[in-house]
Amino acid sequence: MANEDGSLRLVHSGEIFNHVELRRDLEARGHRFATRSDSEVILHQYEEDGDACLDRLNGQWAFALWDSRRQRLLVARDRLGVRPLYFARSAGGVFFASEMKALFAHAPLSREMDAAGLKQVFTFWSTAAPRTMFRDVEELSPGHALVLEAGRAEVRRYWRLSYPSSFDGHAHERSEEEQAAELLALLNEAVRLRLRSDVPVACYLSGGLDSTLTAALAVRQAGHPLETFSIRFTESDFDEGIWQEEARAFLGTPHHAVWCRPEDIAGVFPEVIWHAETPILRTAPAPLFLLARQVRDAGFKVVITGEGSDEILGGYDIFKETKVRHFCARRGDSAMRTALFRRIYPYQPRLQRQSIAYLRAFFQARPEDLTGPFFSHLPRWSLAPSLTAFFSDDVKAASAASDPLADLEKSLPAEYAGWHYFCRAQFLETALLLPGYILSSQGDRMAMANGVEGRFPFLDRSVVDFAAGLHPSVKMRGLEEKHLLKVAAKGLVPEGIRRRSKQPYRAPEAVCFFDPAGGRPRFPYVEELLSEDGIRRGGVFSPKSVTLLVEKVRQGRAPGVRDAMALTGILSTQLWLHQFGKDFRAGGTAE
Amino acid sequence: MKEAIQARVRHFVTDNFLFGRSDMTLAGDTSFLESRIIDSTGVLELVSFLETAYGIEVSEEEMEPANLDSLDRIAAFVMKKLGRG
Repeated sequence: MANEDGSLRLVHSGEIFNHVELRRDLEARGHRFATRSDSEVILHQYEEDGDACLDRLNGQWAFALWDSRRQRLLVARDRLGVRPLYFARSAGGVFFASEMKALFAHAPLSREMDAAGLKQVFTFWSTAAPRTMFRDVEELSPGHALVLEAGRAEVRRYWRLSYPSSFDGHAHERSEEEQAAELLALLNEAVRLRLRSDVPVACYLSGGLDSTLTAALAVRQAGHPLETFSIRFTESDFDEGIWQEEARAFLGTPHHAVWCRPEDIAGVFPEVIWHAETPILRTAPAPLFLLARQVRDAGFKVVITGEGSDEILGGYDIFKETKVRHFCARRGDSAMRTALFRRIYPYQPRLQRQSIAYLRAFFQARPEDLTGPFFSHLPRWSLAPSLTAFFSDDVKAASAASDPLADLEKSLPAEYAGWHYFCRAQFLETALLLPGYILSSQGDRMAMANGVEGRFPFLDRSVVDFAAGLHPSVKMRGLEEKHLLKVAAKGLVPEGIRRRSKQPYRAPEAVCFFDPAGGRPRFPYVEELLSEDGIRRGGVFSPKSVTLLVEKVRQGRAPGVRDAMALTGILSTQLWLHQFGKDFRAGGTAE
Repeated sequence: MKEAIQARVRHFVTDNFLFGRSDMTLAGDTSFLESRIIDSTGVLELVSFLETAYGIEVSEEEMEPANLDSLDRIAAFVMKKLGRG
């Protein structure tokens, strides 16, 4: 797309949700539009504001804008990283694309693995931008722009998530009801903007508070029941069907449920990795791939979902865990305080059986941890050495110099250390895991693989800015997660869903790949890629260690999270190596 | 007896938690917690192994690092449970 005189040219992927308001404003300033497209707004806003136009765009987008007068290319990505953008610097120039496989199809790049990227995946669950799994490819970080001018390529930050440095005098400025009313008004507006679409819009319904509320607000605004979609698991530990049914009945929506068996997950897992373009430590993206396929088959291209709520409003268990660890650190000898850890994970029977002495040993914070930058995430990230221990000697050597935590610490904002410990935990989830895994491997890549676009009202810029300013105590009251959202949702969702404790979205792991009856691999690719020969050919893992792990899984002796993450991480890396190695074909092959 | 228990548990820990890792030496007093050899599920796997291998029952009160956090401690604990300690 170009402007009137052809001096500006734009390639745009995504949506500018506030394009109607921006257009009105721009027209009042004399800009003339040739189309009704939201993309054209970017051109005129750039004419008006230059690079500062990025601050005006409310949406999920990645674009490149060529300014021929200035001989300058501006490549930018939305604030939170909903839409992807990768680039590569090579002798032939700078190449950019929404997917890395597109770069390999068009640019003279190697597809060599970055061992430091793999180490990040096995630590954080994803790479941390700008690093990717490929040595030659960079990810443009959320909230950043790449400027190409006069033969130079420079990456600049235009936005970053931030929290108040102090809440003194903040907490009692307004009542809880007033804050809940404002949150609801902002969410309503966020949903209204996201219903702007040329095609019919559907909603996901997980059975939790977030998607039930976004669906409820969407149905109210649309004025008619929108169609809803959900995943059912045949493994009852993971299934939320009862709650989905309650939400569906309450909203009166025509509903579609996709049943997911363990073997279905393994069946699409190669495709999942092909689209995610990275190894993953959990199988959870696979059911979302199946769900998006169902949405596509039903004729929908846009879905509204509840992603982002847990990050910005304090829903995740890791925030509860952080709060309890903080609480216990002051009285480490209190058995009553230590027993609170059992309350955080009611859905983990093995943790319920853990003795107080061991709960204390696993979760107890040491005094030096309290002041460290990663207090909240250390228990999770401390699994990394056990997972990277599966690396082959070559990969261990190649990644020895890289320290994911030290690198992350260097990238933190200067103000980070002064934030409330709860906000620091939120920042890590929102700046690292949200774009690196939730919105990409589990979100955009699975949806877009099926031509479906996810829209996330909780990630609206006004909602995000408002939530960042809230005191942690209104986000989590005691150990009640997303407290303010629950107040805001009163009367809009079924009371049972409003009051229920969050059940994190999880999917079965090892049982997907090996049939528990007999331990046989469910698909030939599983057997081949995890065989001693397959591991040796891949060169990334130790054949001996993987063989012992696989044997443990086959015999049903690997019930824990650590072994499951190791298995899924190793198998997905093997698939990734296979798909992006010498057999790579840009046109696409999942097998 | 003590050496036999240690050898058997060492084999279990090496295969099931260390997966044959060559970069970690498991001394008699190596702490499973400090070396991050064991996670919260691992403790239960270890207890269940000891119960099956030695026909003993480990109560919740006994499930504590003082009894289970190293090969030395496990050997002493198992011997006590078997009335040999």
